[in-house]
Amino acid sequence: MRKSGDRLRRASRLTRIFLILLALLWAAPAAAADAAAAPWWIWPAALFAVSFAIGIVGVLAGVGGGVLFVPIVGGFFPFHLDFVRAAGLLLALSGALSAAPALLRSGMASMRLAMPLALVGSVTSIAGAMLGLALPTNMVQTALGVTILAIVLLMWRAKRSEYPDVPAPDGLGAALRLHGVFHDPAAGRDVQWRVHRTPAGLVAFAGIGLLAGLFGLGAGWANVPVLNLLMGAPLKLAVGTSGLVLSVVDTSAAWVYINRGAVLPVLVAPSIVGVMLGAKIGARLLRVVHASTVRRVVIGLLLAAGARALLKGLGLWN
Amino acid sequence: MNPQDHRISHEQMMYARWLDWGTRIGLVLLIGTFAAYVLGLSAPHVPFEQLTRLWSLPVDQYRAAASVPAGWGWLALAARSDYMNYLGIAFLGLVTIACYLRALPGFLARGDRAYALIAAVEIAVLATAAAGIFGGVH
Repeated sequence: MRKSGDRLRRASRLTRIFLILLALLWAAPAAAADAAAAPWWIWPAALFAVSFAIGIVGVLAGVGGGVLFVPIVGGFFPFHLDFVRAAGLLLALSGALSAAPALLRSGMASMRLAMPLALVGSVTSIAGAMLGLALPTNMVQTALGVTILAIVLLMWRAKRSEYPDVPAPDGLGAALRLHGVFHDPAAGRDVQWRVHRTPAGLVAFAGIGLLAGLFGLGAGWANVPVLNLLMGAPLKLAVGTSGLVLSVVDTSAAWVYINRGAVLPVLVAPSIVGVMLGAKIGARLLRVVHASTVRRVVIGLLLAAGARALLKGLGLWN
Repeated sequence: MNPQDHRISHEQMMYARWLDWGTRIGLVLLIGTFAAYVLGLSAPHVPFEQLTRLWSLPVDQYRAAASVPAGWGWLALAARSDYMNYLGIAFLGLVTIACYLRALPGFLARGDRAYALIAAVEIAVLATAAAGIFGGVH
């Protein structure tokens, strides 16, 4: 009885967060239309608030901030998508750089596994960033909408495997010695790992890098399933290594945007600080909030933001 | 935890240490310069009133309208409060290159030629991107 009461309270709290976020997003386009008339500080303040909320739900739902930030800020704020994509990359990069040292020291991220994948991803992310800056905005906006809706589908359907079965490593994985051992404190034991299907993994990371550079999304949403389900890395190692790969891939693409002058400090700094502070609160809430409920909230938000990007790109809702 | 117990390589530990410090310095720079920007400690290159009229333009049009340089041209404007922020951003962009440079000698010393080559190529890719050879406007 008490349990169901707690659950109800949690659900109602989350519903309120979702409704507040949705109301903020719905109000934003009207305000954005009159952006030049509003005092300038409204926008960094609003960005900080939205990024703070993204930081909280991003951690709770196990997705990076970038995948939420670009469609939401690109769809509902007055900034051109070029600046939003650059900010999305820098946001994902800052988060990944901050998290990676602890993951590397604990062995939850493998530099050996990350390096070949990051190399392929960083080359294609440069190509993606160049492509994104060369294509017409409405085309990028439409493709972003389609991609976000595809991510929603992936998040909805994807399964995860704590310790996948890898009967034998492939030739390339064996040659690169993509195996190791890490300590899982939750399970209280050392976990031996190795990977298979390395060539397929490299191809997948080439595609992920392209999308990361093109849309400034970060790519944890794709890195983890590829490492875990395709290559057979244990889930915790996949999550840790994904962050390290992301830090390298996003660095390459970010330089293309930086050199093009697409970085607006007024957009980047409040967003990074907001997401990082939000992520800290989110990490604390992890113990008391049901991850599956938050995941549904995030899927709802992504659905709204993806539909908005698609309709904006097609010129149906400007 | 003793790294040796779980076979965390020396290169990985060095990479983590450099990444940790580099990221801290980059974020402090970013937050500090942004505080200087919003507090108006020095004049920005693009005033806020003009910025709100221009930030909805595609980047190339924005650069032309605001007389903003591409590539590393921002260094000439680094005394202006808005471009001062690029110090922290560029620093964060260089951290990964520094970490790879730190890890490379370890791979070479152990005779791990495959990973030394991967690290060297990654450094070349990142350095080329940072130099503005891909997609920069010259």
